[in-house]
Amino acid sequence: MALSKVETAAGSRPQANDEIDAATRLALYRSQFEIRTVEKRAYDLFLQNLIKGTSHLAIGQEAIAAGFGTSMKHGDWSFCTYRGHAHTLARGSSMTGVLGELMGRECGLMGGKGGSMHLTDVEKGVMGSYAIIGAHLPIAMGAAWSAQYRGTDQVAVCFFGDGTTNIGAFHEALSMAAIWKLPVVFVCENNLYMEYTPISAVTPVKNPAADRASAYGLERILIDGNDADVVYRTAQSAIARARAGEGPSLIEALTYRHHGHSRADPGKYRPAEEVEVWMKRDPIPLYRQRLIDFGVPESAILAMEDEIRQAVDQATEAAKASRPPADELIYKDVWADGGWAWRN
Amino acid sequence: MAELTYRDAVAAGIAQEMERDQSVVFLGEDIAAAGGVFKATVGLLEKFGPRRVRDTPIAEQAILGAAMGAAMTGLKPIAEIMFSDFLAVCWDLVANEIAKTRYMTNGQISLPLVIRTGNGGGSRFGAQHSQSVENWAMAIPGLKVVAPSTPADAKGLLAAAIRDPDPVIFFEHKALYSTKGEVPDGEHVDTLGTAAIRRQGSDLTIAALGLMVPRALEAAEKLQAEHGISATVIDVRSLVPLDLQTIFSAVSKTGRFYTVEENPRLCGWGAEISSLVAEELFWDLDAPITRITTPHVPLPAADRLEDLTIPSAARIVATILRTMD
Repeated sequence: MALSKVETAAGSRPQANDEIDAATRLALYRSQFEIRTVEKRAYDLFLQNLIKGTSHLAIGQEAIAAGFGTSMKHGDWSFCTYRGHAHTLARGSSMTGVLGELMGRECGLMGGKGGSMHLTDVEKGVMGSYAIIGAHLPIAMGAAWSAQYRGTDQVAVCFFGDGTTNIGAFHEALSMAAIWKLPVVFVCENNLYMEYTPISAVTPVKNPAADRASAYGLERILIDGNDADVVYRTAQSAIARARAGEGPSLIEALTYRHHGHSRADPGKYRPAEEVEVWMKRDPIPLYRQRLIDFGVPESAILAMEDEIRQAVDQATEAAKASRPPADELIYKDVWADGGWAWRN
Repeated sequence: MAELTYRDAVAAGIAQEMERDQSVVFLGEDIAAAGGVFKATVGLLEKFGPRRVRDTPIAEQAILGAAMGAAMTGLKPIAEIMFSDFLAVCWDLVANEIAKTRYMTNGQISLPLVIRTGNGGGSRFGAQHSQSVENWAMAIPGLKVVAPSTPADAKGLLAAAIRDPDPVIFFEHKALYSTKGEVPDGEHVDTLGTAAIRRQGSDLTIAALGLMVPRALEAAEKLQAEHGISATVIDVRSLVPLDLQTIFSAVSKTGRFYTVEENPRLCGWGAEISSLVAEELFWDLDAPITRITTPHVPLPAADRLEDLTIPSAARIVATILRTMD
């Protein structure tokens, strides 16, 4: 998909009055690099059979999670999908907790009870990762309703893929969020493939989210999801709008996953030229170059990268050293009393 | 004690809890301005205002999603799904999300919410507006399942469900809305997970739920008057958690056990209770357990056919007499 008409990186070259400060730029890069490094590690751990089941990596899509994670305040809520490691890490969740959960260890964010597709870290505002397409859009809308009812300035941000725009819950959530003017930001990560099938082959409009915004009286927002600055600016304005009581936003961020849909998918259905074009738009080298353009010394970038790699190594070792969950966990927390009793 | 209809008792239960707790909110289709299609929520909008009593679009996934998102962030929502048949269009929210989230998140997320829904037949509405689907909900770990048969229970169990920290599916029976009964004055809160003995007898025990409770009681009176057979009738009230001890204690005294279920036969709630009675009380039984259910067919609409399909007092009597030969 061409990006010519998309809002591309207006701030991709140094500008005298650029509103993104140096500390934020470093934070955006740090977040992206952390996500990439953890996701690559997750892939390696799969190959070693230390992570079982399935996993949906966000490699190539880091700029969206980083742009929003950097924009959100403590107390704001993230609602993620099964491809949710990135958005969870972007809120500051522990790498050991994430990798431990993927590995089914006691140190996992949910003690091993949820797994890769359900990362949740309420303390950090990560209100769950949802593996049934569309389910979490109404749930995020409900959290936003609660913020509005209680008169807080909290905002719910809901991430989902392009495929989600074709399921009924998308429509129901957008519709009610718009009617009730709720503080929720819906973020469609359009990586061009619903799973194996191109989204264009199964969608009646060219831009699955942006072209539908008008149905809910919302502005059409289509952005370059591989440019963290663009994502950050868009996130800032949508979140500010939500906080100000001006209602929801629907953002379509164009991006591309470097891997297949899941562990089982080598992604062979994608044309080589398309992959090549998008690999050249890899958000991480793109943003690294921008830091250099803005005068960040490469030595400082290398030091940050090295520090992150070490942190991921340490998290990996800590997760490997963690025990499997205790057997009793099977019977814990069906109910609020901590137990599972269904009879006397 | 005041005499209330079942529908007014529902509204009274909601009002009682909304008055005492600002975090209780209520949403659903036609519940506010219209007072509910079954008129079970009349007056709540006027009393609590549109901020707390909200009409929604026809969007069951949005209704339950809103309830779930609100419940995990500090509210205690009551969501109405107009007809229980419509649970099928938002079953993902019920079965995959609401039921499992506490467990999957290792207890990080609590969902204190109630889904109220009009359940059951007898209204000639046909197969998509008359089902008894309490057994669907019972099959999913993580949901509490309650079905009141009297106005007092409609209020008291609903209040208990709203105060409960876990998700509760609350099945109101459409054919009971106009029935009347005594409801305790003042604050009335019952206890979830408790059955009620509605009639004491010595020859057999009948377990029933919802509309089947008054039918079982009617049958028991006929058995007594016309055949000298004395039946205990237990109102199960709560399928999850299940008060098995009350049932076991009655069955061990009477030696015979029957269930009267409005749900279609296969995997009805009585099947689970019967299997538990058979497993744990086998040597106390004097006869095989008998389940009296709606046959395993979708419900027909015509009055004659619907009446023949759902267990009636006459069918309960006839079945019991046949098995006592």
